[in-house]
Amino acid sequence: MKTESVLEKVLTSGELAVTSECGPPRGSDADKVREKAEMLRGYVDAVNVTDNQTAMVRMSSSAACIIIKQMGIDPILQMVTRDRNRLAMQSDILGCYAHGINTMLCLSGDHPHFGDHPMAANVYDLDSIQFIQAVRKMREEGKFQGGSEIDKPPKMFIGAAANPFADPFELRVARLAKKVKAGVDFIQTQCIYNIDKFETWMNGVRERKLHEKVAILAGITPMKTVGMARYMKNRVPGMDVPDEVVKRMGGVSKEKQPEEGVKIAIETIERLKNVEGVRGFHIMAIEWEQKTPEIVERAGLYPRPKF
Amino acid sequence: MKPFEPEIVAFCCHYCAYTAADMAGSMRIGYPPNVKIIKAPCSGKIDAIHIMKALEKGADGVYVAGCLEGDCHFKNGNNNAARRVKYLQKLLDEIGVGGERIAMITMSAGMGGRFAETAAEFTEKIRKLGPNPAKTAAGEKLEKAIA
Amino acid sequence: MITAERKPMQEIIDYVSPFNRILLVGCNECVTVCAAGGRKEVGLLASALQMSFMQRGKALDIQEITLERQCDPEYVEQLVNYVDRYDAVLSMACGCGVQEVARRYKTKPVFPALNTKFMGASEHQGIWAERCQGCGDCVLGVTGGICPIARCSKRIMNGPCGGSTKGKCEINPDIECAWQLIWDRLKMLGLEDRYEEIMEAKDWRTSRDGGPRRIVREDLAS
Repeated sequence: MKTESVLEKVLTSGELAVTSECGPPRGSDADKVREKAEMLRGYVDAVNVTDNQTAMVRMSSSAACIIIKQMGIDPILQMVTRDRNRLAMQSDILGCYAHGINTMLCLSGDHPHFGDHPMAANVYDLDSIQFIQAVRKMREEGKFQGGSEIDKPPKMFIGAAANPFADPFELRVARLAKKVKAGVDFIQTQCIYNIDKFETWMNGVRERKLHEKVAILAGITPMKTVGMARYMKNRVPGMDVPDEVVKRMGGVSKEKQPEEGVKIAIETIERLKNVEGVRGFHIMAIEWEQKTPEIVERAGLYPRPKF
Repeated sequence: MKPFEPEIVAFCCHYCAYTAADMAGSMRIGYPPNVKIIKAPCSGKIDAIHIMKALEKGADGVYVAGCLEGDCHFKNGNNNAARRVKYLQKLLDEIGVGGERIAMITMSAGMGGRFAETAAEFTEKIRKLGPNPAKTAAGEKLEKAIA
Repeated sequence: MITAERKPMQEIIDYVSPFNRILLVGCNECVTVCAAGGRKEVGLLASALQMSFMQRGKALDIQEITLERQCDPEYVEQLVNYVDRYDAVLSMACGCGVQEVARRYKTKPVFPALNTKFMGASEHQGIWAERCQGCGDCVLGVTGGICPIARCSKRIMNGPCGGSTKGKCEINPDIECAWQLIWDRLKMLGLEDRYEEIMEAKDWRTSRDGGPRRIVREDLAS
């Protein structure tokens, strides 16, 4: 074992891992964090805590992670390179590790253009791959990115994101290979609706034996309405929602659409369980966190292993 | 006080509007004497500064008259002129003179009637707008100084 | 070249309003090429200011002059014969030129008439686009001649990010995805293998982050 991470333990045991997501509030109410995390207790191995997602100011990921950790639930510290330079990011990692947070996700983050502070400076001192390298160096060499020694180095289990659906498709496996080379331990993918395309990507991943070096958690987001399906298809960059999915959501009455969305999610999980190299699921029920336990149960991923 | 008679400068392309003006004359179609014609080898030859200087020196309105779309003798001089006019309209709006005091008009050499019509329309438009505000204020000040 | 755009007229008017005699100085270099501050634009701005002032019944004494290079003391010196006769200088150069004039004529108010934008190239007639950020440690040799620092919205050194769609950047469909361009060019050069070499974290000291930069050429400096 490289770290104390529960997620690492689950993955090492060979069980399918389950993670989910908790977006911190747009305010300072700690109870909101607790409420969201409590819904997930026992149903997931770890909870991603987003870092100013979609470039909107929210309670800091590190603070929300600490709140969740104090509840006895394992958080995954998401960190984007958009808002802070390498000094700030490394110091936050030290601080979070001091609070027992041992799993993180290294991201570049959405451009400020998309958020509520489009006028903000755009930092990007490191990109996500260089960030993975830096966190890995902290763990393996006990050194900061700048080269000096760390007193009690943080041992983070390192995650990153992958989008199998963005362009150019031919680079999608190669970019994963770069993340693996940089030292990533696990990957959470973009939400999967186009399963065929995902499988094509996984074939490429297996051809290069990348699945032996990194644990891939397939991204699942249940759709609530046909409107959401259409929005994700047309408006979210790098998202691939096939027409059949939109049609299927639109084929049932409005009241039945949430159930149809959950069904699609569960069917996707069932199908992906059989794909070699898929080591678990990252279930992101956006503004619908209360559905996650049900999906976990109905997909046969409950109960979660205890470590 | 004397009623306002606008002074209009029309930069006319030799290949179309200038000939059209001639045609209007020989057809005995009248157009307002307010319009002072300046002959140009092509509407594209009219630079932004020519239009600005005309206004600065006291014109109440300026228009560039060039060939119909696709008919420029030099391929696209008329399109260049149209873009320049559009650019200057914004600048004139910004400084309070008003972009509507300038225009781009197109016609062919045979359109004597259209020349007269557009000259009359533009003159009426400027008459309604009133005198070029830059000229007026400067003139008032001069009058005061003399008085 | 360094590209620039004229400031909104109101801002320029506010700068020069307190004065009666203005020296309006253009530059024959980059800002002439990008049609922002050359002789022609100086003429237009002078005329526009004149009309703006005339509307308030004020006569503006405005002298137009366009220097060969406003960022070079040798040419800025040429203003010495004029500057005393004017209350203020309005510069149509990039920020470098404005500062050079301000440095040479310390007691004369100097105002910028342009917003300096970026180092770029002309894509088409009338369209300029950013190409270089002057990071001080050029990577073009390994990125197929396309700069990810200047041309990727997130200046990602190991791209493309997950927002690249049909060759365009997620923040604006008018922006080409720099990493799509890099990949296409690497393929044309038969250098696909190079893509998987990780570009290490950049040392930004050579860039603006290391403080204002200077170049000293000892063979030339006297």
